[in-house]
Formats: sequence, structure tokens, C-alpha cells
Amino acid sequence: MTSSTDVSAVPADEPLDQAQITREIEEIAATARPGEAQPLLDYPPYRSSLLRHPTKALCPADPEAAELVAPVFGHSDVAPVEADLTIQGTGDPIGERMVVTGQVLDGEGRPVRGQLVEIWQANAAGRYMHKRDQHPAPLDPHFAGTGRCLTDDEGRYRFVTVKPGPYPWRNHHNAWRPAHIHFSLFGTDFTERLVTQMYFPGDPLFPLDPIYQSITDPRARDRLLATYDHGLSEHEWQLGYRWDIVLTGNTSTPMERADA
Amino acid sequence: MPDLEPTPGQTVGPFFGFALPYPGDSRLVPPGSAGAIRLHGTVYDGAGGPIPDALVEIRQADASGVVPRVEGSIARDGVFTGWGRAATDPGGRYVFTTIEPGPERDGEAAFFAVTVFARGLLDRLSTRAYLPSPALDADPFLAGLPEDRRATLVAVRDDGGLRFDIHLQGDEETVFLSYPPRS
Ligand SMILES: [Fe+3]
Repeated sequence: MTSSTDVSAVPADEPLDQAQITREIEEIAATARPGEAQPLLDYPPYRSSLLRHPTKALCPADPEAAELVAPVFGHSDVAPVEADLTIQGTGDPIGERMVVTGQVLDGEGRPVRGQLVEIWQANAAGRYMHKRDQHPAPLDPHFAGTGRCLTDDEGRYRFVTVKPGPYPWRNHHNAWRPAHIHFSLFGTDFTERLVTQMYFPGDPLFPLDPIYQSITDPRARDRLLATYDHGLSEHEWQLGYRWDIVLTGNTSTPMERADA
Repeated sequence: MPDLEPTPGQTVGPFFGFALPYPGDSRLVPPGSAGAIRLHGTVYDGAGGPIPDALVEIRQADASGVVPRVEGSIARDGVFTGWGRAATDPGGRYVFTTIEPGPERDGEAAFFAVTVFARGLLDRLSTRAYLPSPALDADPFLAGLPEDRRATLVAVRDDGGLRFDIHLQGDEETVFLSYPPRS
């Protein structure tokens, strides 16, 4: 997020260094409700959230009509080649070639079949093929960083790509996002719509990142981590990661922190 | 099966614009076709400023109240699929070309199911854009809302369409929804 952060939302006298952000992250973690499964929308360490979170509790509704029926996607919408992000240019992209695969399930463990999965990511140098990403890391002419696929009968998706690099953003001075792949998913019901980010195990940037830490429950946070799976790696070709996704829809009501 | 723990959401971030939008994403029907209207509005932040990096999705019934279960939302080759996606422009505006959904049963209130994503919004939000109609007065869900917030869920008829502004925060904050666990 290089040129687009809401710096206007930040008081001018505030020291915007990592120590300040980390302190805020730790303070919120200390008072957070255990077991909170979703990110806090009101999460000041992520400065852009200040003016972009609702201040009133979500209103419980019984899903009706269009909310009960997920959109349908099919082979007329998505071509199989769209699942391979390494063959979209005229040559091989630079980076660590990897396969990422997993199962999309509903809350009862039933596979979400034939549904659209979309991903987007930075290249191996941490640069997005997006006009607003202007930080001085190289673009890769052979890597656009977007992919789509449909889940199969077991709810499985599978993408071939290169491992994205971490990248700087302007939330605060010397802010870096842990490496991640953005995922967009549809469930069986329209209420299960999910956009999230998949991370890689062991990233040293985790404790410093307000977007990841906005999920205050460590167990919930861990559900965004892919697992290295040697069985998916291929001899002299690519490494394998597994990441399963569970879609239950937004079933929680409280949005505010205890101290908000 | 035991209940599985949900995968948490995360913000759509600033860079979805090269990945999620696609040609025809916001045109559920061809502009100018029979019954075509514009469903449009502005997404605002808590200071009343427009949000230029939001993404709005709708899911809806056809004119007879039936929610289509057909593929083709990406191909957009003339099939009405009842689903669309629109990124906001630099002024925070989104526009869909679509048709008005009918109610499931006569006399019921009809609505577009709406999902909102944005940079700075850590998880997606769900809401409804109801069609203005006398049926709204009898709708049990709307009746259960505080009176001063009900109007945030009702689209306003204007020239050639329906206007539905979305306020993520502030005095006019839109009512956002949660749903019970699916059974
Ligand atoms: Fe990102």
C-alpha cells in the first residue's frame, strides 16, 4: 500500500514507528475477547481502518432470498490455464515455484464444489503488477500475479505460482507486510462470501503486522497459515503448500473491542 | 461432522484492482435492454469522504423473484445470473446495470443482497438494498430495526435507476448484517 494510505487519519504529533504500532497491537491483544474468530474491524494499529469500520453492532438477520443462493460459476467462466500463474507471460517468472492447494469446506465439513476461487499476489520481489504499487522493487514481465480456478468435486482448489515476497507499505515508518496471497472465495450460500489472505509459516513479520494481528485469537490467526507439505513438492520442479479453508459466513455480532 | 472453525477474513487491501474487476463485471444485463436500470451509489467513510478503493458485490432475484442458479457471471454472454461486482471509481462511486428484483412472494419486500469490501476494512460487510415500496412497512426485519436507521437500507429512486449510498461509519452509518450459523 504505497501511495494510498490515509495519512490524514493519523494525528500529526503521533510517532509512527513500529514500536508504537507494536505497543498498540499488544495492548489490544491483552484485552481482546478469547476465541474471537474474525478480525476486529475497529483496529487502530491499522491506520486505514480508523474511518472505515462500522461503530454500531451488526444487526442479526435471517438470510432470505438472494442471500441463500451463492452465485454459480462454471467452465464457461474460468479456463483451466488460469490456475497456473507461471505460464501467463512469454517466459518463466523469477522466484520460488510453488503449488498451493487445499479444500474449501463449509462449517459442517462438506466440500464446497464447483465454486470460484480467485487469487492475487505480489511477485517474488514483493511488487504488485498494479499502477498504485510504486515501491522500488522490480516488476517481473513474466508474472502478473492473478489466478482463478473452480473447486472440484471434493472442494479442492489448486494453483501453481511463485512465492510472493514481503513488501513495504505506509501504515507507519518501516512497515512491512508478511508475504501473503490474497484469496477470494464463495461458499454454498451468498452469506459465506470470504476475502482473506494466506500466509506462510514462520514469517518473522507476523508480530509486527497490524492486518494479521487484527485477528486477536492466536488459534484463529493460525488458520491463515499454509502448511509446507513435502508430499506436494515435486522433484527438481516446485515446493508444495497446503491450505484448507472453512466458510461459515459471518455469524458473530460483537464488533467493538472491550475498551472501545 | 463436527463444526469446523471458520477461516478468518482479511482486508481486500489496496491492490485488488488488477485482479478482481473484469470486463462486464457490473453489467448483469446489457445497458439499454428491456427493464435495465442503474443501481448506483457512493461508498463513504466516517468523515464523509468517498472511498475510491472499495468493491461492491450484489446478488439478486430476477423480476419474478427467482434467484438464478446459472453460470456465466464472468463470461457475461447474455445470461442473467443475478450476481455482479463493481469497483468504486476515484469519486467512490459504483454503478451496476441490472434489473429490479421481484419479491419471492407477492407483497413481500424485495432487495439486493450487498457485500462491501475496501482497503482499510478488515473484513467484508453484508447489507441489503431494498427497493422502495409500500411492502417495506410490513417487513418484519425492517420493523425490528431502530426507526432512524431503517432508511439506510432503502434505495432511492432517481432518474433511470436506484441510488444506494453506503456509509461505513458516521451519523448515516449503513445497517450491516450478521447471519446465524447455517444449519
Ligand atoms: Fe497484499
